[in-house]
Amino acid sequence: MSLSGDTTLAKIIVVTSGKGGVGKTTSSAAIGTGIALKGHKTVIIDFDVGLRNLDLIMGCERRVVYDFVNVINKEATLSQALIKDKRTKDLFILPASQTRDKDALTIEGVQGVLEELAKDFEYIICDSPAGIEKGAQMALYFADAAIVVTNPEVSSVRDSDRILGILQSKSKRAEDGKEPIEEHLLLTRYHPGRVALGEMLSVSDVEDILAIPLLGVIPESEAVLKASNQGTPVILDTDSEAGLAYMDAVDRLMGEERPLRFLEVQKKGFIKRLLGG
Amino acid sequence: MTDSGFRLKGSVVTTVLLEIQTFSLDDIVFHLKEKIDQVPHFFNQAPIIIDISKMKRGIRLEEFEVLIQSVSALGLGVIGWRCDPDALPVWNASVTIPLLPASKARPINISPAVKEETSPDVVVKTVVEERLVPQATKVITKPIRSGQQVYAEGDLIILNQVSAGAEVLADGNIHVYGALRGRALAGVKGDADARIFCKSMEAELVSIAGNFMLSDALQNIVWKDSAQVLLVDDSLEIVPL
Repeated sequence: MSLSGDTTLAKIIVVTSGKGGVGKTTSSAAIGTGIALKGHKTVIIDFDVGLRNLDLIMGCERRVVYDFVNVINKEATLSQALIKDKRTKDLFILPASQTRDKDALTIEGVQGVLEELAKDFEYIICDSPAGIEKGAQMALYFADAAIVVTNPEVSSVRDSDRILGILQSKSKRAEDGKEPIEEHLLLTRYHPGRVALGEMLSVSDVEDILAIPLLGVIPESEAVLKASNQGTPVILDTDSEAGLAYMDAVDRLMGEERPLRFLEVQKKGFIKRLLGG
Repeated sequence: MTDSGFRLKGSVVTTVLLEIQTFSLDDIVFHLKEKIDQVPHFFNQAPIIIDISKMKRGIRLEEFEVLIQSVSALGLGVIGWRCDPDALPVWNASVTIPLLPASKARPINISPAVKEETSPDVVVKTVVEERLVPQATKVITKPIRSGQQVYAEGDLIILNQVSAGAEVLADGNIHVYGALRGRALAGVKGDADARIFCKSMEAELVSIAGNFMLSDALQNIVWKDSAQVLLVDDSLEIVPL
């Protein structure tokens, strides 16, 4: 790990994108849950100070008492602020402050919290805010790995390219001249039908432009919105393609081989067409 | 937008100032011609200003007109004259060339051309060869991402892609062994011999010594294929490799 103490092996993973609305928080919640489901003690930190969302996606918004900024400012202890997930064992959430802004985050403060978390957790997922300014830079500064969430459209791809440049120049690993941050591409809201019509960039188009390894492709799915509104990470919906695709991505993150799926246009069966499904 | 068919703009031009101290036409013409013969191409059609503000005695209109004619006859273009505003001659309105406001000027030192030695027995020559000092080549292995800028004082070699929105600049040549999707500017200090080489031309802009071409134009020549960019007679040429 990248912090000062080398006694622990906690891996810090930032989920980032540059562009907003591409699915960073959805992916943080899904991947964090997926890792915890595999028995690894995991914490997801919401770095989006002022625009707190992770707690809603995780369905723990009513249990937020203290937050990340309180811990940084030593107004609360880490154990007071951490929320234990009710569904998934080994999963914790550190919510952002809704009443503050990104200036409440300092390198020293964030480092202190991460160091303390690294004593107890195997995986620390940093859910980055959109943009390339302070909040996003704080979320990625201490990262060992990055999951770059991208939608198959040109503006999202351009912004992801920008954030990849920042990962390799403004992170602690880059500043210390250490091995660079491990990069993973997560393509979300993928619609094979629209790709076939040429309305959307294909997986290979995006891979060609960003030139980083592909972690997974999450198909556009109604299950994602439903899960968000219910406060359940979509990865727990094992009937949905999106949930299964996230699970595949987690398996690949853990070093397992998984073939890509849900990239083809679904042919509707006769019965389904008859029923208008 | 111009409705009148022209635009009025300000411009600064460096000119030669001929400062007359004492009026002696023959001497002035003789010595001026001597100077011109030393560096003829420097003075050919050069704009010149005649300054009479240092003359103690002053000058008559006839003398001044003859002076203008003589200077013009030497191949110089008289674009104006200057005079001490406190000692403006009464005839100043009769002069056809414009009267310019007085200002500071620096004397020009024109060193005489190397004199031919008169048949010496032993010729000792010191040959000083002028050579370009090669600047270290910068080699980059990582992709250049959108928003990043890389500059090399010599050549720039990139063993990866240059993303759209990135900018690579070099005083010398630029090689991109990947897709060039951003902006590449070679010879940024004016080296017209600099070139750009890339494995896949998809650039937003390519430029050599300030001569540039945008992607719209590039797409009609070479696109998504290996190419080199070079400057031929002040115009960019894109040649497939």
